[in-house]
Amino acid sequence: MPVTTYIDAIKDGIWEEMEKDNRVFILGEDVGQYGGAFKVTKGMLDRFGPKRVIDTPISESAIVGAAIGAALVGMRPVAEMQFIDFISCGFDQIVNFAAKCRYRWGAGVPIVVRGPCGGGVHGGPFHSQNVESYFFNVPGLKIVCPSTAYDAKGLIKAAIRDPDPVLYFEHKYLYRRIKEDLPTEDFVVPIGKAALRRAGEDISIITYGAMVYKALEAAEELAKEGCEVEVLDLRSILPLDEEAILATAKKTSKVIVLHEATLTGGPGGEVVARIAEKAFEFLDGPIVRIAPPDTPVPYSPTLEEAFLPQTRDIVAAARKLAAY
Amino acid sequence: MKLSTSDAYTIERPASLAVDRTALLELYYFMVLNRKLEERLGVLYRQNQVVGGLYSSLGQEACSVGSAYALERGDFLAPMIRNLGSLLVRGVRPIDIMAQYCARAISPTQGKDLNVHFGSVENGIIAPISVVGALIPVMAGVALEMKMHDKPQVALTYIGDGGTSTTDFHEGINFAAVHKLPLILIIENNQYAYSTPARLQFAVTDLIDRAVGYGCYGEIVDGNNVLAVLDVVRRARARCVAGDGPVMIEAKTFRRKGHAEHDDAGYVPRELLAAWEKKDPIDAYLRWLFANNVAESEQEIAGINTDITAILEAAADEVLAAPFPDPSIARENVYG
Amino acid sequence: MADRQTLSAHKARFAHVPDDKTKLEMLHYMKLVREIEDRIERKLYRQGRIVGGVYVGRGQEAISVGTAIHMLQDDVVAPSHRDMGVFLMRGISPRRIIAQYMGRSTGLTRGRDGNMHMGDMNHNVIAFVSHLGDNVPVAAGVALAFVQRGQKNVALCYNGEGATSRGDWHEGLNFAAVHKLPVVFFINNNAYAYSTPLELQMAIPDVAMRAPGYGMPGEIVDGNDIVAVYDSAKRAIDLARSGGGPSLVEYKTFRMTGHSAHDDAGYVPPELFEEWKLKDPIVRFEKELVAEGVLTTARIDEMQRECEKIIDDAVEWGEQQPFPAAEEVTRDVYYEG
Repeated sequence: MPVTTYIDAIKDGIWEEMEKDNRVFILGEDVGQYGGAFKVTKGMLDRFGPKRVIDTPISESAIVGAAIGAALVGMRPVAEMQFIDFISCGFDQIVNFAAKCRYRWGAGVPIVVRGPCGGGVHGGPFHSQNVESYFFNVPGLKIVCPSTAYDAKGLIKAAIRDPDPVLYFEHKYLYRRIKEDLPTEDFVVPIGKAALRRAGEDISIITYGAMVYKALEAAEELAKEGCEVEVLDLRSILPLDEEAILATAKKTSKVIVLHEATLTGGPGGEVVARIAEKAFEFLDGPIVRIAPPDTPVPYSPTLEEAFLPQTRDIVAAARKLAAY
Repeated sequence: MKLSTSDAYTIERPASLAVDRTALLELYYFMVLNRKLEERLGVLYRQNQVVGGLYSSLGQEACSVGSAYALERGDFLAPMIRNLGSLLVRGVRPIDIMAQYCARAISPTQGKDLNVHFGSVENGIIAPISVVGALIPVMAGVALEMKMHDKPQVALTYIGDGGTSTTDFHEGINFAAVHKLPLILIIENNQYAYSTPARLQFAVTDLIDRAVGYGCYGEIVDGNNVLAVLDVVRRARARCVAGDGPVMIEAKTFRRKGHAEHDDAGYVPRELLAAWEKKDPIDAYLRWLFANNVAESEQEIAGINTDITAILEAAADEVLAAPFPDPSIARENVYG
Repeated sequence: MADRQTLSAHKARFAHVPDDKTKLEMLHYMKLVREIEDRIERKLYRQGRIVGGVYVGRGQEAISVGTAIHMLQDDVVAPSHRDMGVFLMRGISPRRIIAQYMGRSTGLTRGRDGNMHMGDMNHNVIAFVSHLGDNVPVAAGVALAFVQRGQKNVALCYNGEGATSRGDWHEGLNFAAVHKLPVVFFINNNAYAYSTPLELQMAIPDVAMRAPGYGMPGEIVDGNDIVAVYDSAKRAIDLARSGGGPSLVEYKTFRMTGHSAHDDAGYVPPELFEEWKLKDPIVRFEKELVAEGVLTTARIDEMQRECEKIIDDAVEWGEQQPFPAAEEVTRDVYYEG
């Protein structure tokens, strides 16, 4: 089984779908000749040609809009946002066109809009954002955030095959840091299903994206103190896997919700609300949220380090909750 | 300093340009400062002292310097990533820019944002964001205020060839044209937007052809001739102040390095790069200074270069000795 | 006043002149558009039998009809809100359009969206959104798919002059031009965007002046002359279909109503309405056809009655249609198989 990085898992997933299905194509800035700013689409222009790997002008609205049009007539476009921060330039097309066509007039829009999200790379305010909250409240969209190479590949395939618009947020910090053995045969990870990364009895950490690794680090530390932490990787933000969320809350009775999107209005609030509504009797302590403060993502390493949730923050919160 | 060879690119001073010796030497000073600062940043980058990416305006110094030099007190400037030279002309110090790139606490944003993403309303500089084109509607707004209060000022900003494809470019310049705002928009057509060549960005040769579609005055200028740039912007300024509406200028130039330091720009044909290296704006200007008896001696020019090097070394020392920002400031100034 | 000599001169100007059968077909559709929109705006709306707002294209009928007449089965169209002719000519029934305006479950959007916000990919009509200009990149994307699949089809995209101020319009046109996509951009320049006159929308008199800046051909056409519309549209569509890339055709016309049914357009100088009333595209075409001997006034009246009957039937049908059931509200947000 080949060892594959997270970024290559994405590339392979798209590549395999493009081999199988002529309807799949890529459009975005610098994706063709250059292979993409992060090289996700490297080699694809040579293999699939300029009709299926399209270098666009700097026009996120046109990129998303054109993807929508092509999808309406039967294609399966994968639109790249060079940095997911630029998705705001195509916001209108996503939320008002793509998200609402099926509901309004029965026309499906099977597009994927993908791009690198997240911080920890000295990217500053415009190259480090986590944008799922902007779209979380827009019915008609799906949002996925893979954390492993396996999920990266399985979810990009699921996204491409999905009949509805999927926003696929890949965390840039994980691109080349995560390497896994992946199966050679075709596999898909279903959208809307979370994955249990670590089983435990004492505390649940519900999280996604790069924060999964911080949660696992914290779990290792806490295990030494006899506190067994269960880590649930949501994988899909929209729709949430409510069943898995409630199951883990009911199992441990003490829950931490952790994400890299800023605190207020982040998806964590929704997770907390559902647990409070549907598993209240099971709780033995308040639900804790850990997320960056409500500021833009700062640039200088000392500031960014203070901004991002760190393993020690998670450990401290878990100890406090364990003692409650 | 080698002087001209017979087939070298030569520049001329436009007949409409009136400029004294002091100014002519200042233009040289700022272009050299622009270039040497970026070279010094390159050294810092290779020493892992620069945090994040490093962007260069190699070959485009005449555009930044010549244009900013045409501005007057009270005018506003909004630079893009390759307009570091314009900031220097406007009084920003090399140490400010180095500190920004090195993410130190002494930087104008105290490490909160990077490279040229800083500004100062008192000094008439609006900070850019990473989304290209966004500055255009913003500067149209700055120009709107000038018009509302009958101020004889202008707002100047830049856009790359790639940035002209964006929503904000179109909406910003159309708005400025309808309301006859004193906005100067310099399209720096350096022929590449990251790896995207001009032919994949738009289907015309001259972006200035769009000026007529907005109903605003437009002009092409040789972006590697600092005197021509200074001249065209001064004349544009006069038009704006007279109430004629925005002016679009297309400066033809070339991006001689990659999109950023990590990009080797292997996608640029070698011959094209070589051709533009021969049109180096600083070399050409130096030849002109000598040919027109403005530069009095090689020593004078060498002296300017030495002074600049000294300033940059001192700045680098100070920046490297400066602390990183204290985490306690991370939550400050989200709101007023 | 049209006469044989004028008409000959008229015909000589155009590369493509419709044959008599096509002329009558186009007249029928223009009259049907006028009848359905008059019925909706002047009768039903005022009688409270419409749900929500009403937007009509009175005075602009030649544009949607004279362009859409050229569509092939597999061409795709992205109309705007004053292009009723497109829907009718694509085979969408007046019954379903009335039901749409009445918010019924058998309307084109099953009550999910109102008035002209309708579409149906079975008829290759893309439903527009209120965010004007958004349909431009989408139409470009359709054309992109045609190229990718080697299809000789075109996408037609309609917008008013106001929509051209939006960034999506710019991005879409530029993208189409760079990739030489088979899409035609029609501009219905009816001089007002709600209350905003042209001079507050742009600092130029003609949208077509922007075409060269994108590297595509542009043309200015009398939008109230259906033969001129027919001719210009055919040339642009043929160009796109043959691989010649996109073009921009600007139709000069006038919005003979307010922005919507509730707007009395008091901001429009009354002289403009007077001036343009004399250029009514339907009246003008009828006179031409009579002068050519293709039509009689008796036949015109007959055609009018036919249209009225069609719309009578559509209204009767529409009013019998059920409103959507409350449970339906959560259906079809996503694919349900």
